[in-house]
Amino acid sequence: MSSAIARAAVRGRHGAQDSPMADARERQSHRDRLLRWGAPVLIAGLALIAWELVVWWNQIPHYILPSPSLVLQSLVRDWGTLSASLLMTLQITFLALAVAIVGGVGLAVLFSLSKWVEFSLFPFAVVLQVTPIVAIAPLILIYVDSTYAALLICAWIVAFFPILANTTLGLNSADHNLQSLFELYGATRWQTMRFLRLPAAMPYFLGGLKIAGGLALIGAIVAEFAAGTAGAGSGLAYRILEAGYRLNIPRMFAALLLISLTGIAIFLTLSLLSHLLLRKWHESALEREK
Amino acid sequence: MVEASLAAPPLAAKPTLVELQGVNKTFANGTVALENLNLAVGEHAFISLLGPSGCGKSTALRIVAGLAGASAGRIVWNGNVEIGDIGFVFQEPTLMPWATAFDNVYLPLRLQRMSRGAVEERVLEALDLVGLVDFAKAYPRELSGGMKMRVSIARALVTRPKVLLMDEPFAALDEITRFKLNNDLLDLWRSRRFTVVFVTHSVFESVYLSERILVMATRPGRVVDEIDVTAPYPRDDAFRTSQAYNDWCRLASAALKRAMGEA
Ligand SMILES: Nc1ncnc2c1ncn2[C@@H]1O[C@H](COP(=O)(O)OP(=O)(O)OP(=O)(O)O)[C@@H](O)[C@H]1O
Ligand SMILES: [Mg+2]
Repeated sequence: MSSAIARAAVRGRHGAQDSPMADARERQSHRDRLLRWGAPVLIAGLALIAWELVVWWNQIPHYILPSPSLVLQSLVRDWGTLSASLLMTLQITFLALAVAIVGGVGLAVLFSLSKWVEFSLFPFAVVLQVTPIVAIAPLILIYVDSTYAALLICAWIVAFFPILANTTLGLNSADHNLQSLFELYGATRWQTMRFLRLPAAMPYFLGGLKIAGGLALIGAIVAEFAAGTAGAGSGLAYRILEAGYRLNIPRMFAALLLISLTGIAIFLTLSLLSHLLLRKWHESALEREK
Repeated sequence: MVEASLAAPPLAAKPTLVELQGVNKTFANGTVALENLNLAVGEHAFISLLGPSGCGKSTALRIVAGLAGASAGRIVWNGNVEIGDIGFVFQEPTLMPWATAFDNVYLPLRLQRMSRGAVEERVLEALDLVGLVDFAKAYPRELSGGMKMRVSIARALVTRPKVLLMDEPFAALDEITRFKLNNDLLDLWRSRRFTVVFVTHSVFESVYLSERILVMATRPGRVVDEIDVTAPYPRDDAFRTSQAYNDWCRLASAALKRAMGEA
């Protein structure tokens, strides 16, 4: 949409004409967009109706499989506790993501400035990445006094690596001739970073960010599970555990629904951000000119 | 553009601007790209390096610009070379895709910490020289191949360089665009009085443009022949169809063939 506007503006500036064919293309892309949103929504709606009918038809008890309407009721009734938990999980997710961005980009910049730092630290970043978070979460919970801080660390560990790895790759992939050009004009290291390597790394960073967003949420949830009821946890995972003990299955589903919606929202937000930042120049955000 | 007709002054009258003396270049993998390369570039001269693919033209140009080091030999500049005295045009446009044409041309000045407001005129002037002021706000992807090349030439010109080093800048363009850019380049060269070292593998282009052609041979790369094209400037499309042009081309062609035979 936005790139279409930009294109139209350019077209206007250079004084070219819109043709009937362009109109047809416009309509086609409109249809595409409708399909892109309409089709999944339709499928989801049908599935929900089928689910509702199956439960009702077979009289499945709600502690085995609650119907969608019951889950919705539970969501509304328990909104007070659930929303507080949602807020808690969101807080940890976004805080972890923020620290991962600052740390990941910062370390990537450091890596690209000094091979020395890269060679000495990168292996440890890999170790953090390949060790399953479920396996180290209990340890972290033992050694870190504050549960909140422990959850944050767990979410950060999983979110951090994709940002570090992608940004490092991006910083190193700036065009070599452009690097020569910067050298020719006596650019300082900082100028090369600011005007060449960081912009060149942007698409890679945003790709990593999209992955990290989802992983931060997963990290937060996994850590909450590991903390269990022992911790002062009050996030969504804790609500699932708690509802499980009480056999309050509809509430489990409601909490699960909130987690999924959060994940989807994070993904969409980051995709939009990526599109907005890249729409002017990067192939990934451009519609192919036909 | 200045249309004053200036006959080419005798080459000997031009003081040397830069000279490569016995330059060798051996790459890390053992490839000997240049061996005992000698060349002198006079001030305000238009020199072409003509040679087959892989003979080391790009390597020589990068060494002149200081973008690559020589393994042996000396690069001697007559006088100081300040930042911005050398303009380099790559074979590819080599623009930053995230920046507009204006910002791409502004880059060399920005790196010298000149504020956008202070040099806006200069940037637009450089874009005007290549006929692209109207496209200052366009991104590279919105420009054709020839337009991108012109932006990259504007970027090289914006610092008012003493010498313009061009590495097959028009090789990827169609003939009509290339002829046009050839003429634009000659006009600029004559009005701005900078020095040009022009790398090409086209005999026709080198004859049309340059005062002197240095013919290079392959493996190891070295200068094996020098041809002074004494045809007067301005050269235009009439020159392209003249008998004299034909004769020069035949001469250069023969020299190139000899150089390749030697390889
Ligand atoms: N980075 C490198 N490492 C090793 N060998 C190289 C490198 N760059 C160039 N060479 C070698 O040096 C020689 C000269 O290369 P150069 O790029 O200067 O040729 P050229 O004359 O510009 O050719 P073309 O007309 O195809 O651009 C070639 O044989 C090439 O294989
Ligand atoms: Mg080359």
